[in-house]
Amino acid sequence: MKKYWLLIPIFTLVTAGAALAGKAITIKGSDTMVILNQRWAENYMNNHPGAVVQVTGGGSGVGISALINGTTEICASSRTMKDSEQKKLRERWNTLGVGIPVAKDGVTLFLNASNPVSELSLEQLKNIYTRKVKNWRELGGSDSPIILYGRESSSGTYVFFKDTVLLGADFAPETQTMPGTAAIVNAVSKDPNGIGYGGVAYASGVKHLKIRKTAGAAAYDPTQENVKSGVYPLSRDLFFYLRKTPSGDTKKFIDWILSPAGQEIVTKVGYFPVK
Amino acid sequence: MKGWDKFFALASGLCVLVIFAFLFWIIFIIARNGAGTVSWEFFTAAPVEGMTEGGIFPAIYGTVFLVLVMTVFLMPFGVMAGIYLAEYAPQNSRLTQAIRLAVNNLAGVPSIVFGLFGVGFFIQYAGRGLDRTLGLETVFSQPCLLWAAATLAILNLPVVIKTSEEAIKAVPLEHREAAFALGATKLKMIVRVVLPQAFSGILTGAILSVSRGAGEVAPILFTGAAYYLPYIPKLPTDQFMELGYHIFVLSTQSPDVDKTQPLLYGTILVLLLLTLALNTFAIGLRVRMRRKYGR
Amino acid sequence: MKRGERITNSILEGGLKLSALLAIFLIFLIFIFIFKEALPIFTNPGVRSEVDLRDLFASSVWQPVSDHPRFSLLPLFLGTLKLSLIAILFATPLALGAAIFTAEFAPRALKETIKPGIEILAGIPSVVMGAFALLTLASVLQGIFGWTMRLNAVNAGIALGLAIVPTIYSVADDALRAVPGSFREAAYALGSRRNQAIFRVIIPVALPGIFAGFMLGLGRAIGETMIVLLASGNAAILSLDPALSTRSFSATIAAELGEVVFGSTHYAVLFFIGALLFVITFIINLIANLVVERFKVRLAGVA
Repeated sequence: MKKYWLLIPIFTLVTAGAALAGKAITIKGSDTMVILNQRWAENYMNNHPGAVVQVTGGGSGVGISALINGTTEICASSRTMKDSEQKKLRERWNTLGVGIPVAKDGVTLFLNASNPVSELSLEQLKNIYTRKVKNWRELGGSDSPIILYGRESSSGTYVFFKDTVLLGADFAPETQTMPGTAAIVNAVSKDPNGIGYGGVAYASGVKHLKIRKTAGAAAYDPTQENVKSGVYPLSRDLFFYLRKTPSGDTKKFIDWILSPAGQEIVTKVGYFPVK
Repeated sequence: MKGWDKFFALASGLCVLVIFAFLFWIIFIIARNGAGTVSWEFFTAAPVEGMTEGGIFPAIYGTVFLVLVMTVFLMPFGVMAGIYLAEYAPQNSRLTQAIRLAVNNLAGVPSIVFGLFGVGFFIQYAGRGLDRTLGLETVFSQPCLLWAAATLAILNLPVVIKTSEEAIKAVPLEHREAAFALGATKLKMIVRVVLPQAFSGILTGAILSVSRGAGEVAPILFTGAAYYLPYIPKLPTDQFMELGYHIFVLSTQSPDVDKTQPLLYGTILVLLLLTLALNTFAIGLRVRMRRKYGR
Repeated sequence: MKRGERITNSILEGGLKLSALLAIFLIFLIFIFIFKEALPIFTNPGVRSEVDLRDLFASSVWQPVSDHPRFSLLPLFLGTLKLSLIAILFATPLALGAAIFTAEFAPRALKETIKPGIEILAGIPSVVMGAFALLTLASVLQGIFGWTMRLNAVNAGIALGLAIVPTIYSVADDALRAVPGSFREAAYALGSRRNQAIFRVIIPVALPGIFAGFMLGLGRAIGETMIVLLASGNAAILSLDPALSTRSFSATIAAELGEVVFGSTHYAVLFFIGALLFVITFIINLIANLVVERFKVRLAGVA
């Protein structure tokens, strides 16, 4: 082990030097938002010499606990904070935290292009994912079994879908969980009876389902307009959480994110602007 | 050969054919779909537009950086253990048997378990301890290249120990005796006579472990690989992109599957060619070594 | 030799020994540090209120993120078992057949092509094999068998099987070649045909080695992660049907550890699964390695 430990102080010195060079704004949290955060950081640093923005992922849950533990300044989260998490934040910092919506996202449902079904209500989706409805025939499609695809339980999208569509109920165990939206889209494009959900994604052979809020309501596509106006029932906000109202360098950074320049990047990465 | 003999020759030959059919199928699919993508730009550019365009330079760079740091951790211990087993270990002692058993068992530990160990030991224990001792905020107690490389080093330790031991044992006895006759100590004999001759064998082990290190994804999932970085990692405490992990990312996380497909196959082709080249080189070295010592 | 040199020498030789002992040390360290993170399942009252050992082994649902999280390992255990059985059933005959062919039938030149070919198969990274199974193999298999679930245990199992063919092949090949030529000659002298010599003499003698190859392959199949994660569909269904989508221990860790909160119940359970995987594969490898040792000693005695 001797040699091994000798190497570490060398790395340490170099790193500590780099870390002390500038006081960095730190963002930690949602993996959904990592690409977005890094694009923001990169662009902001290019336009504001001297600014340092550090981005790490790990997931919304990880980001929120880092916020509570004080190891990050900004937490990126693809879901709202839970009551239990706010309680911990208040116990430790005597604050409820500040949530700032920084982008919008529409959770999209994917069907194979050959599937005649093109719109469904939230309740029908719930029945599909809890296996109350097992055949496309019951939804106006062909007589074939419904094959369920979904995200891994660790993803924010999974939690959002479970809360918003399943209203807290559990996914049927037959749901095949894929480690990413692209894997879902890929599977659905090759599975005529498949249905899947995830962030906005495209592929030939896959179509986006129109969603209606209740049985009689109008059905909407997950387009930018519909997500922005909120008529698409599965629109969600992506948040930055802070312990207190931002000030100084952090405020400058967040103001820039909400400015047209910052929001343009949101569109580039594939999400929708907040305003 | 007739009757049953012929039947068994054909049946066992068929097994070989089936295995090779699968091998060629895999290589054919990858080559056909990936060949169009691999260009100079693909090697030198970074992924852009949410990974639907551009190249894989950061992943290649990260992979090279990763296996280099891994080699620094791995080779000294691996070769030293190999020397001990070949030159010093009493062949039938309990301890030697226990070491051999441990090396063999270490080789069979699932790669995802090494990943967990990396999180539990390096990040949560060693990293936290270092940060606390040095008064740093979060430098070592988070996934980074250093820990991913250390995890891969442990994963590859058995490979290097075994190949080094084999290579050292293959050095003919007369050469050692000649060194002793000239009055060299055992250690001097090993450093001056044995190691130079065993060099190509030890190199084989190093290359095999680099090839394996470049392709393993499970151990680095949680110990340092990042799926996208807008910068090139400069320090071992940075996160990094890596070829194998990039393949996982491209096949599961892209927002536009059709546009990503060529990049995916291109990346697979690059990783496959890299590991094939390394393995072929290692196999070639081993064949040459065996010829040299007539084994 | 000077005194200083002698001291340096003994320090350096001590370093050599320590490096070798590192292997033993690491085995313990790995187990301790994985089990340490799983320990809250046994000790922490908060964690125990969410999951206790009975839930892990007796209930039937894996639903770790829920209003009432359920952490049954049973569907994952069945999934792992199903996948590794399929892999072993697919790989063993192929690898053994190929080993018999190279050891007994193939002319020398062919032999020298087959071995590197199989080493190339061994060099294909598992994430590449997984992507191949996800994108190509699954569609072909579904086309042939018409399964309702495209990603299933057979698809992942075959890809896994391909990954372990080289392991089984190389150990079986070593075992077959280790059988002394005198055995073969004795069999021919007694008037045996080639196939009789193979099946009545060579394979029975090499059997422990072949068995060890089988066990090492099994160990690798149980622990292999990326192939299963990409190709099996990962649905935690409690069923033995190989045409259904299947979730394994290893893929569960890979898929869920990423966003789990450090120190939570879910985190502890994932490490517990890791500890379980470590113990299972350790026992399998131990058996395989002991068998190989015995086999070598025995043959060394006869030859």
